[in-house]
Amino acid sequence: MHEIPINHILFLSTALFFIGVYGFLSRKNMITMLMAVELILNAVNINFVAFNKYLFPGKLDGLFFTIFIIAIAAAEAAVAIAIIINLYRSHKSIDVDEVNDMKY
Amino acid sequence: MFYLLGTFILLFGFLSVTTRHIFRAAIYLLFCLIGIAGLYFALAYEFLAAVQIVVYVGGIVVLVLFSIFLTHRSGEDLPVPSRIKEFIVFALAFIGFSLTYLILNRSGMGESEAPAVAPTVQNIGAQMLDTQSFGFLLPFEVVSILLLAAMIGAIVIAIKDKAIPSKSEKI
Amino acid sequence: MMPDTILIALIPIIPFLCFLLLGLTGKKLGAFSGLLGTASMAVSAGFAALTAYQYFFHVGKIDGVFQKMVVFNYHWLQFTPEISINMGMLLDPISVMMLVVVTFVSLMVHIYSLGYMKGEERFSVFYSFLSLFTFSMLGLVLSANLFQTYIFWELVGVSSFLLIGFYYTKPSAVSASKKAFIVTRFADLGFLIGILILGFNAKTLDFGLLIERLIHVESPYLQTAIASSFMGVSALTWGLLLIFVGGAGKSAMFPLHVWLPDAMEGPTPVSALIHAATMVVAGVFLVARLFPIFILSCPVALDVVAYVGIFSSLFAAIIACTQTDIKRVLAYSTMSQIGYMMFALGVSGYEGEAGLGYMGSMFHLFTHAMFKALLFLGAGSVIHYIHSNEMKDMGGLRKAMPITHITFLIACLAIAGIPPFAGFFSKEEILAAAFHKNPVIFYVGLITAAMTAFYMFRLYFSIFWNKPTPSAGHDHHHHGEGPFTMMLPLFILALCSISVGFIPFGQFVTADGQFLANEFHPMFSIAPVSLALGGIFLAMLFYKNANELPAKLAVSMSVLYASAYRKFYIDEVYLFVTKRLIFNLLGRPAAWFDRTIVDGLMNLIGGLTSGFAEMIRGLQSGKVQSYAIWFFAGVLGFAVLFIYLW
Repeated sequence: MHEIPINHILFLSTALFFIGVYGFLSRKNMITMLMAVELILNAVNINFVAFNKYLFPGKLDGLFFTIFIIAIAAAEAAVAIAIIINLYRSHKSIDVDEVNDMKY
Repeated sequence: MFYLLGTFILLFGFLSVTTRHIFRAAIYLLFCLIGIAGLYFALAYEFLAAVQIVVYVGGIVVLVLFSIFLTHRSGEDLPVPSRIKEFIVFALAFIGFSLTYLILNRSGMGESEAPAVAPTVQNIGAQMLDTQSFGFLLPFEVVSILLLAAMIGAIVIAIKDKAIPSKSEKI
Repeated sequence: MMPDTILIALIPIIPFLCFLLLGLTGKKLGAFSGLLGTASMAVSAGFAALTAYQYFFHVGKIDGVFQKMVVFNYHWLQFTPEISINMGMLLDPISVMMLVVVTFVSLMVHIYSLGYMKGEERFSVFYSFLSLFTFSMLGLVLSANLFQTYIFWELVGVSSFLLIGFYYTKPSAVSASKKAFIVTRFADLGFLIGILILGFNAKTLDFGLLIERLIHVESPYLQTAIASSFMGVSALTWGLLLIFVGGAGKSAMFPLHVWLPDAMEGPTPVSALIHAATMVVAGVFLVARLFPIFILSCPVALDVVAYVGIFSSLFAAIIACTQTDIKRVLAYSTMSQIGYMMFALGVSGYEGEAGLGYMGSMFHLFTHAMFKALLFLGAGSVIHYIHSNEMKDMGGLRKAMPITHITFLIACLAIAGIPPFAGFFSKEEILAAAFHKNPVIFYVGLITAAMTAFYMFRLYFSIFWNKPTPSAGHDHHHHGEGPFTMMLPLFILALCSISVGFIPFGQFVTADGQFLANEFHPMFSIAPVSLALGGIFLAMLFYKNANELPAKLAVSMSVLYASAYRKFYIDEVYLFVTKRLIFNLLGRPAAWFDRTIVDGLMNLIGGLTSGFAEMIRGLQSGKVQSYAIWFFAGVLGFAVLFIYLW
């Protein structure tokens, strides 16, 4: 019925998810970490869409979740960037390793 | 078409998290997100693709670019992370990926043959704001409040604190 | 009709309040604290005398038998439904007698110390300790049950420790106080176990009930106590023997006597009070307290008491003949006399005529308290005058210290058993009791009596004769014999030493509480008295004038003399046992075990913790990203764990 098997789409989303994880854990710059988080969220979105399309075509719930996630991601990005900017003001840096005040 | 898009997404996603130039990372991210929007198109979710482009490409990436401009002098390379750490993280990510994928493969997804609902804007609007059978009205409202709160919060956090002169002077 | 409870309760409470007052505010009171302590002691002694009068002449005797009266019994701690620890006061002839002795001697010592300790920096502390001791001793004699006895027994030990170590800047005093405390602690361990054994078997700690339950053959408690045995000896015997061990420790019986001579490091009035007249007879008192059980249920234990007593008596007498420190001579004579009391108990029967030994023992306790306190106080005067304990520094003091001389002579005559002084009467009773029961003990006792006379007069002649009287203007004469406060107790005690022997003691204190006539057999008295006179004569020959005889004798009996002078190497044996055997064989391995195994284990735990903490400290770096990495790794780990391993 479908030209693309669901597993392939899931492979894509999984790969994207772990690319995001890799970026989140390896990057030291907070903005790039934020970008990695966006990648992770997008991977989840792809997952939702795929599940919606392949497993529950009679409903649109997966789509709604995706939309909500996008909305929340926007809010999250706004707050995160506000924090980053504030942090940059106080620490002159947005490197996470510089911001190690929560120590011991 | 799908495989092309998939390769495109993964490639730019990967570049986005590995490049040393933060500005380029943002651009790669932009391409990656556009690719995902294309994927939605391919899956016939046109509305979602539009939302993706408007919110992500038009909103978040632009926001990220602004913040990069605010916090970085242009042309500055990112510091090279330590090899060991990079290796560990890569290994972890790879292990996670293989684990997940193995489980995915093990569980066969029974594809549904139910009659599809076309994800048209009309359907989406009707179902999402329906209070009877589907009822995503409450999350919708909650999300709008969340967005408002995030907006106010972001402003409050990012506002210049005049009350603490030592900090403002440093800036 | 009961004696006045409040009156009796006040006897120990007054010294206790005095102790609190002096201990807390003594510094401010200064010299006045001595007067306060003495005054309160006088009140206490007055009450004790009043109590004794009431008890002996009005309320104590019912149908011709002196009763044990529990005038007060406060239920304190309940252990099991049967066993509880009470706080009570028991009046019977011996406790009343002890009340009188303790308060009286304590009063004398208080008065004496006013002069003797004058100018001491810790004058008020001294008085507060004296009060504490008096309180503990009174509590001990009034105790209505074994455990209360034990509590006060320990309190007495503590106050003794404090007073021996009073001159705490002197290392010898400190080590002596430690020695006294540790040795008696060892003995007290036995006492405690004994208490537990008896308490367990009799299901009570109360003296009255305990004795009642353990003396009747048909009593089930007694039968179980005899039936259960350990190492072939019945539980009852073990209990009594262990209690006797406690008593032997306090009373300086062989081989637990080593602390007593060293305890003479304390101030001399303290030696008079604690280590001569009162505390050291606590062991005798304890055996006397449980005497019915000893005699009626367990004669074996009583035999042990008798033999230990007679051996200590002889042993101490021999050592006393060679010592040159006058206080040590007195200490060994104390040990010898307590040995007398012990074996007197050991040879005693229970009822009627047979109870002569018990009566004699208590009588001797009473008279001994008087003349031994007198001897110590006299020695204190001499030491006060000479500033030395050594005999060789003394001599010819009879003109310089006439009052001390006379009173000391009276005390020596009393302890030597010369009629009509107090010691004669009590010693006669004891020897008569021994003669009827056990000839061996009798003859040894006789020899000891002769030796007692010898060494006491050796002391007497060495101090007051021997050398020519120091001429006036000699460097000793910077002060007189002593203030009035020091002479008064000597005078009073000398009077007592003469007179107390005439008290018809058998009317008051006997084993079964019934009347026992003090009989005197002039024929029987000939042997001990003539032996004592012989001892005195010998001492006179040797020591009245400085001559070569003692040295010659010492040379001719060099081995005996040397070993006696070294106190038969008992201290060395102790040192050997404690240092060589216990330290090396037990202590060293234990210390090694403690250091390497126990400490090692603890250090290992500590080291592991700190090492591990050091290791993971880096994790807590404040670097959020590394937290995220670990978190992610953990999640993966759990995922693998749950998916594949389960």
